[in-house]
Amino acid sequence: MDERNGFEERLRQARAREGLDKRPDGRGALPQGPWGIGLRAGVEVFSALVVGIGLGFALDRWLGTWPWLFLVFFVLGSAAGVMNVYRLFNPRRHPRGK
Amino acid sequence: MAAEGKTIDALSQFELSPVLGIFGDAVSFSQSNLFMVIAVALTVGLMTATANRAALIPGRLQALGEAAYEFIAGMVRDQVGDEGKKYFPFVFSIFMFVLFGNLLGMLPYAFTFTSHIVVTLTLAIVVFLVVTGIALARHGMHFFSYFFPEGAPVWLAPIIIPVEIISYFSRVVSLSVRLFANMVAGHVMLKVFATFVVLLGGLGAVGPFVAAMPLAVNIALVGFEFLVAFLQAYVFAILTSIYLHDAVHLH
Repeated sequence: MDERNGFEERLRQARAREGLDKRPDGRGALPQGPWGIGLRAGVEVFSALVVGIGLGFALDRWLGTWPWLFLVFFVLGSAAGVMNVYRLFNPRRHPRGK
Repeated sequence: MAAEGKTIDALSQFELSPVLGIFGDAVSFSQSNLFMVIAVALTVGLMTATANRAALIPGRLQALGEAAYEFIAGMVRDQVGDEGKKYFPFVFSIFMFVLFGNLLGMLPYAFTFTSHIVVTLTLAIVVFLVVTGIALARHGMHFFSYFFPEGAPVWLAPIIIPVEIISYFSRVVSLSVRLFANMVAGHVMLKVFATFVVLLGGLGAVGPFVAAMPLAVNIALVGFEFLVAFLQAYVFAILTSIYLHDAVHLH
């Protein structure tokens, strides 16, 4: 085995040990059928909206600024929902190793 | 019970009532709590039986326990990497608790404690707190860089950071709502079709023949519910380990 191959092999092992490389079946282990993905996307949007609206309500009650923070957080919650769905298909990448 | 007065009453199965007589009344010990205790006892019993005998050629119980152990151990290793071994007991406990909760609910007269949002929300909050705690302990203040992806324009920070924080908190809701909604929907469907069987069965001579249709649907649903029981426990565990991966490696 020449030096380069040995290095690649050790690098691969080290990366696998550190969990930097997702194994091929890594995230794909979640249900991949159309229903699975559709329901997951729905739940992600719904939950981001719930958190956004809930935060807006709570802050408004606390600061007495109804309905302004509610409106702001409603929009932010929608954006977070869209981002959750985007993440579903394009998971975050590690900044270094792609 | 469900077909009394010729109405469909699909939700009373989720009502809590005290059990164990006077003791249950005194401390509000409901069927939900009882089945949680049963689930924990079964898990402990299974794993004790597995570990105690530890035969070279496993018996049925030991094979079951080892299969469960290896399933989750492999999942944590795949998702989190070798550092994830530390967190295996946590993921395994969560998985077995949810799995036994779902499966016990499939027994007649049993209560499905995972069909209550309080229970699933509490589980999700525990997962959330543990994962956030691990991330803070491992990365300290660097953890907060999670909320601002590298390379994004700085002037977008006022928008990106709140959105990322909401997205981070939405894990709790999505984790709990997914399990809760699946269990409630499944058990409501079972009850509705079971009620159809009873109502249609009383339609005189043709009754039994018509009632065979919802009965067939119900049989298929029972099989489907067993699938959902496993699948939802699996999804809960794998999402926990995906979150653990994020906490350990901090993308």
